[in-house]
Order: sequence, then C-alpha cells, then structure tokens
Amino acid sequence: MFPANFGYVAPRSLQEALELLDKHGEDAKLLAGGHSLIPAMKLRLARPGCLIDLGRLPGLGGARIEGDSLAIGALTVHADVASSELVRRRLPGLAEAASLIGDVQVRNRGTIGGSVAHADPAADFPVILTALNASFVLVSPSGSRAVSAEDFFVDFYTTALAANEVLTEIRVPLPSPGAGTSYAKLPHPASGYVVVSAGALVIRQPSGLCASVRVAIGGLGSVPFRARATEAALQGQQLAPEIIAAAAAKAAEGADPDDDVYAGADYKRHMATVYARKAIEAAASNKR
Amino acid sequence: MEQTMKDETRTIAVTVNGTKRQAEVEPRELLVYFLRDHLGLTGTHVGCDTSQCGACTILLDGRSVKSCTILAVQADGAEITTVEGLAREGALHPVQEGFGEKHGLQCGYCTPGMIMSAVYLLKSNPRPSEEEIRRALEGNLCRCTGYVNIIEAVKWAAAASKK
Ligand SMILES: Cc1cc2nc3c(=O)[nH]c(=O)nc-3n(C[C@H](O)[C@H](O)[C@H](O)COP(=O)(O)OP(=O)(O)OC[C@H]3O[C@@H](n4cnc5c(N)ncnc54)[C@H](O)[C@@H]3O)c2cc1C
Ligand code: FES
Ligand code: FES
Repeated sequence: MFPANFGYVAPRSLQEALELLDKHGEDAKLLAGGHSLIPAMKLRLARPGCLIDLGRLPGLGGARIEGDSLAIGALTVHADVASSELVRRRLPGLAEAASLIGDVQVRNRGTIGGSVAHADPAADFPVILTALNASFVLVSPSGSRAVSAEDFFVDFYTTALAANEVLTEIRVPLPSPGAGTSYAKLPHPASGYVVVSAGALVIRQPSGLCASVRVAIGGLGSVPFRARATEAALQGQQLAPEIIAAAAAKAAEGADPDDDVYAGADYKRHMATVYARKAIEAAASNKR
Repeated sequence: MEQTMKDETRTIAVTVNGTKRQAEVEPRELLVYFLRDHLGLTGTHVGCDTSQCGACTILLDGRSVKSCTILAVQADGAEITTVEGLAREGALHPVQEGFGEKHGLQCGYCTPGMIMSAVYLLKSNPRPSEEEIRRALEGNLCRCTGYVNIIEAVKWAAAASKK
C-alpha cells in the first residue's frame, strides 16, 4: 500500500517553512516523523497535495533549560525525550510517558511536536503535558504565541494550531523542589495506544501536606480530562495512601466516556480511578 | 531548496550497506519499496499495511526504524543498514547465527526485522536481560514461533559477542 501522489519540499529554515505553508494553504501538510501522517496517507484517510517536510529544519531538536521552564524542540523524537538526562531528572513523568509510546522503532522516529499537533485522543503526550501545565509555542508569519495545553487541545484530532502556524517548542514549567511527576498507562493490548492513562504533578509542602496537585486523565473523552474533583480532595491534605485512594476514586467525576469495542464506559471510569491512584502515589513519593 | 511537484520525481542519494546509491523516486515512494524494488534488497520485508509488524525494520543513521512508514525522500543523504549488510567477509553476524543456532524462525517472514531490532538493542546494551530483550522486540510481530526461541537467539548472540 502506498499514498496517493503528492508534491514534496524540505525547507532548510523555519522562515522557508512558513512561506511554503502560506503559499500552499490548505493543500499542504507539515511532515515531522510521519508516524501518524504516513499511515493515514497509506490508508488514503489523508490526501494532502503537498508535504512540507520539517525534518531538515535546524535547531528544533533536544531539550534545554530556559528560565524556569524546560524547553523541548518540536522535532525531538520520543526516544530522545525518554532518554534525556535533563527530562529524566527534572520531569520523570514526562520521560516515563515518552518511553511508553508505541515501540522502539516508533519512538526512534515519531516527534513530540507531531504527537501534540496530531492530538489523537489515545495519545500519551497530551495527557502528561496537560498535567504538567505545559504550553506550546506556535509560530506564524506574523509572530509567535504560546498556548497552554488546556487551550490547545480542542477536540478529537483538533487543536488551536492555525493553518499558517508551525509548532516549534514545548515548554514545561520546572516543578519546584519537593515536587513529583508521574505517568501511568493502561495500553490497548493490540495497538499499544492509551485505553486509560493518568498524569500527575504533586507539589508537597515541607510539612508533607499537598501544596498543589494537577491530575489529567486520558481515554475518557476527545481531549485530556482534568480530574478536578480529585485535585480538590487532595489540596492541603496529608499525602497518605488512604487519602490518595479516596481522592483518586473521584478521578472520572464529570467525565462522559464512550463505550468502544475494547472497553466499556464503566470500565474506563473505573480504570481512571485506578491509574489516577498509581500516578498520584508515584508523584507523591518521587520528590524531585 | 528544491520543490518536487505532484507526479514529478526527485533524485535522492543514500549510502546503503556502505555503498553510495542514487535514484529517481516519486515523493510517495516508501523507503521499503525503494530498497526492495529499486535496489533489489528484498531481505527487508513488508508484513503489514499499518506500521505494526516491524518486518521492514532497518537502521537509518544508526537507529532502528520501520521503513514502510518513511518516505524514500526523507532518507535522502542518510546511511542505511539492511539485513544484507550485516555479514562480514562471509561470516554471519552473531545475531544471524543465533537465529540459526536456537531455531529462532519458522517461516522466516519476520526474521530480518527481528534481527535488525536485536542488532540495534545489542549495540547500546550488549548484555540485555530477558525483560530488556522482550521490550526491545515489542515492535516486531511473529506469527509462528511464539517468540521463545527468538529470545533465546538474542541471548545466544549476546553471549557469543562477548567472547
Ligand atoms: C505502530 C504505532 C504505534 C503508536 N503508538 C502510540 C502510542 O502508544 N502512543 C502515542 O501517543 N502515539 C503512538 N503512535 C503515534 C506516534 O507517537 C506518532 O509519532 C505521533 O502521533 C506523530 O508524530 P510524528 O512526528 O510522527 O508526526 P507526523 O505524522 O509527521 O504528523 C502528525 C500531524 O501533526 C502535524 N505536525 C507535525 N509536526 C508539526 C509541527 N511541528 N507543527 C505543526 N503541525 C505539525 C502534521 O501536519 C500531521 O497532521 C504510534 C504510531 C505507530 C505507527
Ligand atoms: S511492514 Fe513495516 S511495520 Fe509492517
Ligand atoms: S517465523 Fe514466521 S512470522 Fe516469525
């Protein structure tokens, strides 16, 4: 199987990429790792007239500290997010999420920017990045803007990216000392994508009380779901196992998942409570 | 910056198993078909249409990838190793030998991909645990063996390479 015909161009600078995007408009698609787009093109679910290959743009790979955030270039492949010393040390939950995506070959090729821009409701990065309160840098010919994860993911495969914008960087606020991050995933046994997953950011006070917490759940809807009832139940509380379990039991409150062939809505709601507990417990104990 | 229009071809240059190769390809040509049909390197297999089976695994600039999910034009300028490029002066690579020694194959369809994934693993982790071998082969499906002998083959290769 192979894709329908298309034109191809590999710009050497972001400027060129933006000009090409402007020129070709709706007929063009950006190509990063191609691990969502090429399968869709082989199935003829996508038929762009022209591909603008971002793969040769300089400076969009790797992670670095920028002020009080970790900045990750959009073209960083999943394997490099998973193995980055900086990510593992400062945001272990993000490294964990990256290491659970697909398989070795997929992680060697797919990019964090492509995953975020694709906004698959069963993808991993959107969930952990929502929990970590990340923002995305979107560049267009008229300038750049930063959009928070919660404003970025709009619906199934739909984001705040405008047709003339390129996602260049993912910015994750570095948690304060005493904070922990974690990601827990129930993968689909055949596809490996998310059935249900949970990402957590837990900030402890020196006393051990929970100073602040963010929990995002994947698999319950079109975009990552903030488990606000769970968060409220933990705020200011002792991070003891019973308290975490009681809070996690509220993880699907307000969510309305669909039944699908593999998992029913009730099962997904229940798994959300189980995986929320795992993620919060891990984040509460890895005080990084 | 050269732009290729729909229905046009484009010249790419790649180094495959140490030899420079140049060819005209359509942008939609998948890397696996470039290797098989243009270069006649039919050791790299196509086992699925959904990027799942790993039969098409090769090393692209040293990293294991699924060549059915990469356009040949994306590989322009890259170094590629296929299963045909593993043997040295007539001697099989230890991983290839291991598959023979431990009966790591039945029909052999998945085997080139399995071998390339195992070679990639052993490059960065010469003494993997069984668990690490299993995780490293997650992207390669086998419909015949039940995997047990494949794992044994990789263990054999790791032990043989140590000598
Ligand atoms: C076998 C298999 C298993 C997988 N399993 C998982 C899994 O378990 N979990 C998971 O989360 N994902 C999984 N994936 C998807 C994988 O993570 C993809 O790599 C990812 O979804 C897309 O990234 P990409 O770089 O390949 O993007 P591409 O496929 O190149 O692009 C995807 C979309 O994003 C757009 N885009 C890409 N980059 C940018 C940018 N910088 N700015 C604006 N738009 C952009 C493209 O135009 C396109 O519409 C799997 C894929 C495969 C093939
Ligand atoms: S042929 Fe490439 S993954 Fe199946
Ligand atoms: S030996 Fe037949 S598919 Fe693996």
